[in-house]
Amino acid sequence: MYNGGKIILGLVIFVGLFAFPIFYNTGKTADVPKPSLDTPVINQMEKKECVESKEWMKANHMQLLDSWRDSVLRDGNLVYESTGGKKYIMSLQNNCMHCHSNKKQFCDSCHSYANVKPYCWTCHIAPKENEI
Amino acid sequence: MSINRRDFLRIAGASTLFGLAGVPAVEEILKTNAEAAVLPGPNALKAKRWAMVIDVNKIGTEEDYKKIIHACHSIHNVPDIGNKKDEVKWIWEEDYEHSFPGVSDEFVPESIEHKPFLLLCNHCAKPACVRVCPTKATFKRPDGIVAMDYHRCIGCRFCMAACPYGARSFNWRDPRPFIKEENKEFPTRMKGVVEKCTFCSERLARGLKPACVEASNGAIVFGDLEDPGSEVRKVLSTKYTLRRKPEVGTGPSVYYVIGGNEHA
Repeated sequence: MYNGGKIILGLVIFVGLFAFPIFYNTGKTADVPKPSLDTPVINQMEKKECVESKEWMKANHMQLLDSWRDSVLRDGNLVYESTGGKKYIMSLQNNCMHCHSNKKQFCDSCHSYANVKPYCWTCHIAPKENEI
Repeated sequence: MSINRRDFLRIAGASTLFGLAGVPAVEEILKTNAEAAVLPGPNALKAKRWAMVIDVNKIGTEEDYKKIIHACHSIHNVPDIGNKKDEVKWIWEEDYEHSFPGVSDEFVPESIEHKPFLLLCNHCAKPACVRVCPTKATFKRPDGIVAMDYHRCIGCRFCMAACPYGARSFNWRDPRPFIKEENKEFPTRMKGVVEKCTFCSERLARGLKPACVEASNGAIVFGDLEDPGSEVRKVLSTKYTLRRKPEVGTGPSVYYVIGGNEHA
């Protein structure tokens, strides 16, 4: 093999460079996000509860928002009656974000961790704390 | 290795069985929240077919026109981009000749010829835009409103080509910087979607009449076209009205009272 040494050296450097992120992060874990509930509205609530239980919301909020969107836009509904029998206005911008007015510490903390990029905020106006 | 007939039938049978049993199982997993329910708002205004009658003779000065347009555009975060090419509009002014092409005669009363008409989406009975939309982003609601679901709009602009009234605007650029004062209770749109008047469906759901109707001081009447006792039907039964381009067969739901002040 002509120039064998150089080729092998080049390959070693190439593999080393490209695999660097894997070696670098081996054994480390990123901090598990802790979405913050520290907003004025939530702090004032006697019983801190969302429209459904925390565990259910954690697993299903995306489906819930998706079904709310269709229900409001396409079927002209407005009110969500939860499994607990309580009634809520179905609105991301006007109701969800009324309590969760800390989008950066709440929504974004998990979404960045999981690298999901929902495009809610290209149209819906995020609460004021996020404005620069 | 080839497969013999017996094995083939066995595999096919097993797959069919799995398919039959598997679908309900998957549905069970995907089911979100069976006990929860969705309801319309308690004060929601309902109709079989929403319609509007506009009497421009009751709109006095240019200021009054601006007030109506501003009422709509400000609460719906409609951007003012400032050039015709990128313009986004939900309700706008147009002269008689261009509002009613084909009916405009050579000699019409001064009061009609030079009076601006207020144009908006006609919420047609047979909307051409809905027929051509490939994603069902624009659709007709049971109450007659031609609505937009911006989440689904892919920006193909077929609807703009189909609409005979030019009621649709495309967001050629990000509208956010051109909105002077954002209404925090209503979303904006994003670059690449088509938008138009929604007959204020979000206000109807809360029991409010459309913003233009409220701002018009009685010049715009809103109601159910299929209810003989409704306000719009009362006006339609007493005054001569025109609809824009009825000959194209879309069945517009916006009527214009024609005639000078002497009839008003």
